[in-house]
Amino acid sequence: MLKILKYLKKKEWMYAAFCVFFIVIQVWLDLKLPDYMSEITTLVETAGSAMSDILSAGRGMIACAIGSMAASIVTGFFAAKTAAGLSRTLRELVYNKTLDFSMQEVHKFSADSLINRTTNDVTQIQTLVSMGLQAIIKAPILAVWAIVKIAGKSWQWTLATAIAVIILIIVLAITLVIAVPRFQKVQKLNDRLNTVTREQVSGIRVVRAYNAEQYQENKFDEQNEIITDNNTIANRVMALMSPTMTLLNSGLTLAVYWIGAYLIVAASAMNKLAIFSDMVVFSNYAMQIIMAFMLLNMIFILLPRAQVSADRIVEVLNTPVSIKDGEQTAASEESGTIEFKDVSFRYPEAGGNVLEHLSFKVNKGETCALIGATGSGKTTAVNLIPRFYDVSDGEVLVDGINVKEYKQKDLRNKIGYCSQKAKLFSGTVKSNILFGENDKPAGTDEDVKNAMSISKADEFVEKMHDGTDSAIAQNGTNVSGGQKQRISIARAVARKPEIFIFDDSFSALDYKTDREVRRQLSEKTADATKIIVAQRISTIRDADQILVLEHGKIVGKGEHDELMKNCKVYQEIALSQLSKEELEDA
Amino acid sequence: MREKKNQNQMEPLKKFLKYIRKFKAWIYVSAVLSLVAAILNLIGPNALSKVTDLITEGLSGDMNLFWIRRICILLAALYVLGWAVNYVEGFIMATVSQDITKSMRRDISRKIDRLPLRYFDSHDTGDTLSLVTNDVDTVGQMLNQSLSTIILNVALLVGATIMMLVTNWKMALLGILSALIGFAIVLLIISKSQGYFSQQQKELGSLNGHIEETYGGLLVIKAYNNQNVSRKTFREKNEKLYTANWKSTYLSGIMQPLMMFIGNLAYVVVCITGAVLAMRGEITFGVIVAFMLYIRNFTNPLQNLAQAFSSMQSMIAACDRIFTFLEEEEMEDESYKTATLKYVKGNVAFDHVKFGYNENREIIHDFTSNIKAGQKVAIVGPTGAGKTTIVNLLMRFYDINSGKITIDDVNTIDMKRETVHDIFGMVLQDTWLMEGTVRENLVYNKKDVSDHRLDEVCEAVGLTDLIKQLPNGYDTILNEDAGISAGQKQLITIARAMIADSPLMILDEATSSVDTRTEQKVQKAMDLLTQGRTSFVIAHRLSTIKNADCILVMKDGDIIETGTHDQLMEKGGFYADLYNSQFASAGA
Repeated sequence: MLKILKYLKKKEWMYAAFCVFFIVIQVWLDLKLPDYMSEITTLVETAGSAMSDILSAGRGMIACAIGSMAASIVTGFFAAKTAAGLSRTLRELVYNKTLDFSMQEVHKFSADSLINRTTNDVTQIQTLVSMGLQAIIKAPILAVWAIVKIAGKSWQWTLATAIAVIILIIVLAITLVIAVPRFQKVQKLNDRLNTVTREQVSGIRVVRAYNAEQYQENKFDEQNEIITDNNTIANRVMALMSPTMTLLNSGLTLAVYWIGAYLIVAASAMNKLAIFSDMVVFSNYAMQIIMAFMLLNMIFILLPRAQVSADRIVEVLNTPVSIKDGEQTAASEESGTIEFKDVSFRYPEAGGNVLEHLSFKVNKGETCALIGATGSGKTTAVNLIPRFYDVSDGEVLVDGINVKEYKQKDLRNKIGYCSQKAKLFSGTVKSNILFGENDKPAGTDEDVKNAMSISKADEFVEKMHDGTDSAIAQNGTNVSGGQKQRISIARAVARKPEIFIFDDSFSALDYKTDREVRRQLSEKTADATKIIVAQRISTIRDADQILVLEHGKIVGKGEHDELMKNCKVYQEIALSQLSKEELEDA
Repeated sequence: MREKKNQNQMEPLKKFLKYIRKFKAWIYVSAVLSLVAAILNLIGPNALSKVTDLITEGLSGDMNLFWIRRICILLAALYVLGWAVNYVEGFIMATVSQDITKSMRRDISRKIDRLPLRYFDSHDTGDTLSLVTNDVDTVGQMLNQSLSTIILNVALLVGATIMMLVTNWKMALLGILSALIGFAIVLLIISKSQGYFSQQQKELGSLNGHIEETYGGLLVIKAYNNQNVSRKTFREKNEKLYTANWKSTYLSGIMQPLMMFIGNLAYVVVCITGAVLAMRGEITFGVIVAFMLYIRNFTNPLQNLAQAFSSMQSMIAACDRIFTFLEEEEMEDESYKTATLKYVKGNVAFDHVKFGYNENREIIHDFTSNIKAGQKVAIVGPTGAGKTTIVNLLMRFYDINSGKITIDDVNTIDMKRETVHDIFGMVLQDTWLMEGTVRENLVYNKKDVSDHRLDEVCEAVGLTDLIKQLPNGYDTILNEDAGISAGQKQLITIARAMIADSPLMILDEATSSVDTRTEQKVQKAMDLLTQGRTSFVIAHRLSTIKNADCILVMKDGDIIETGTHDQLMEKGGFYADLYNSQFASAGA
């Protein structure tokens, strides 16, 4: 948690300092209030006191109350600014760090976990700081100051207060030991219950088809039972808190008066009144001490949760970025060539090679296709070209230069990449097609139109309400899978790259559209080099070079007809998709 | 407007009170205990006031220590009793509130099983899940805190008011008045601050949306060098959230000091008035002491009640969602239906079937087709053409608008839904497996399946190798970490259908997400499953269905062509077009 504090900016440290200052004022005023009451007590009990004295003491009391309120309102202001400021800083740091991460680090954390770290974990910290900052500063000040105030009065009263504090600590300890772990366990159990319910809802067709309603209900009831038991025990323990506080409150007041009676009897006539007025205000001080311990307890409950969040955030911030920029800018002698030289790849924490000794070269304007079973390494291989990952051995050359030597930005400016799962961003059709930055001049409406006609996106975009200005929802949920894919192909085309990478981008299209799009691409972007990952034989049979991958190795290289003759894996794939006659017919 | 809002809040509350009726005995007990606790609490100041007077007398003369001791012992006993009563009450409420939430969760789970599929197809799964976890939790927590808080504090408030008025009406009126004025101001601030809270929620949602989008599309963002644009958007949204954040944090933070001030103000007013009255000799000092305690017993409950009522707001909102769900229209009760099939031959007929998901938009217009026992029916069409509609109708997940679907000449509408479900086995493309062991997933809810039968089925579908590789064989728990591929999951669902051994089959073909080798296995297993059974196959690859006895071609929700492969090719319609396009190369 302390590690997080170093991300506080200077201004926020200043705010925190203000908090301390105003909390001191607040505590001072809170403790001053009973002093006036003591004064009034003396006045009332002393025969012949002036009414004006009482009223002036009364004014003092009201001033204290107003001052204390004002001080705590100001404290609240600075605490809120500090907490919100820290969460703003942390959020931005984690976000920027994530954008700098290579896919290797993203893979390590998983995108979901990174989202949680940027959102929920930061919120946890903010909650702790906004509630805890005041408590953590106020508790010790209040406790020490109040103890000092009562110190000189009478050891019997102090003893009574000490006993009350000890009882309080015992009760707090019981709740911390019994209830808090159970509440934490309930968090996990809730996830389980969530899983069971999700199963029931997402599998509703299967559940009904198998008439398994009762079966699922039994599973649900089991979880429901466990979660209820845990919650019940935890809540029963927590129920101790409020009655105990009331008891301590009233009991302490009673004890003070009880003890006071004996003290007054024992005191000399001169001191009787002084002890009496002390007695009237003593319980007030004692309550402040108990309050201080309650505040500390709050921190004990909040801290462990925030601690976990803090660790998760710091872990992201301290993870080094594995891919560093090179020096090379765009210019180079060759254009549109890709070469893999004995490339192997493995994920850092996993053992086996995902790719082994890949070597091939693609020339300008050629089409190279990769085919193979799921997990054969096709996507991994193409992801090495824009340097989403770094090779483990060997080298990848683009335009004759090792990708590690480029500035990442310049390397990626050469490439039009189209991912396996079409990914759209909130905005408009146009903003999605002209997505990103390029060193070329900004894309025109003409470019958009052109790209859409190549990817066959124009068909449906024209039907949309606002044409290319039609809104796209987050994740593109308002367009269908095939439409998303067509927009994402248009996005790659609009970039006018030297090299296209289509990572299984055509499988969401029906055969007819698939064929049309590829025909347009080969006509209108003939100069560009194309790398195509595919599942369907029909998508790639015209490629200049087909690479057949199996278990990360190239097991076949050549054109369709060659591979049909000499590559067993390729034949298998082809036969599973088309019958023998069909293959021969076509 | 205001009127309406109140009504909206009363409605769920009424339903809730009706719902908790079965727990009313305990709630009454708890209410009585709360009252007892409040009374015990209120005796305190009165007794303490007497003690103070006895001490004051002792200041100048002899102190009656005997009486002081007696009152103090009595009071101590009352306090301990009050503590015990309070705790028992808290204990009961902790238990009852958990029982209520448990019962709510249970009812929601039961309700899920009684709702028509239409509900789930038109509602987000997340919303339903959030009912079980968040909403019920909110109700549980609030119930635990609010219900007893409200009873106890109302009792305290009323009791303190009466005691104060009886003891000294002048001090009482001044004290109460100052507390109420302060309180009115706080309420005003609360109502003003609501806007900031919703603003904060809005900004938070917007920023989180952006973060999700960015992280989810990081690959694309990097490929297109969009980092700078994304950072800029983020900074703008983050800044907005910061502003909304500190404002709402600040406003919720100052409630506490304001409440404290009201307490202090009333305290000061009582002290001063008391002092003045005491000087005049109208009251004894003991009255001031009593008032100092009474006024705390007045302002604290006020504060607690305000808090309880604001928590009630979120509880009412949660209740509203829960009861709306529980009151959704259920499927028709079919216990009166008796039609069954003793021995299923497997003749299926669609007779002038009309259907639409919306009443005003019919998508299947007058479809008629006779399928003989043992035939294979293929359903084809582009993505989004509505191929699952046929499954929905056969399984009676949705009921048709007019016409009839019969199995062996029995109208499916005359059978119980469970009876229809028993007739069909089903394997869907989104391989639904539950978290549990392989055995649990295979056997599912079928009774008495021997290990021998399991081995047999696994051998048949080609799962034996996988089972052998798994650390605990059939008893290995399937979850994300088990490393089961999509294809293997598909095989497990096929095995599950095989074990269920239903006379008719509905199958959804594996798609390209499965690798070639496994795909062949899956295909083989599916063929095995459909052998001798009337089967409906949703096909994604046209080459596998050429031998189907009947092909239903779907487009935009409707069945536009039917026939065998050869008939359809001859016709040269949509199917022929679809079929031919898969072979044509880009150049052609």
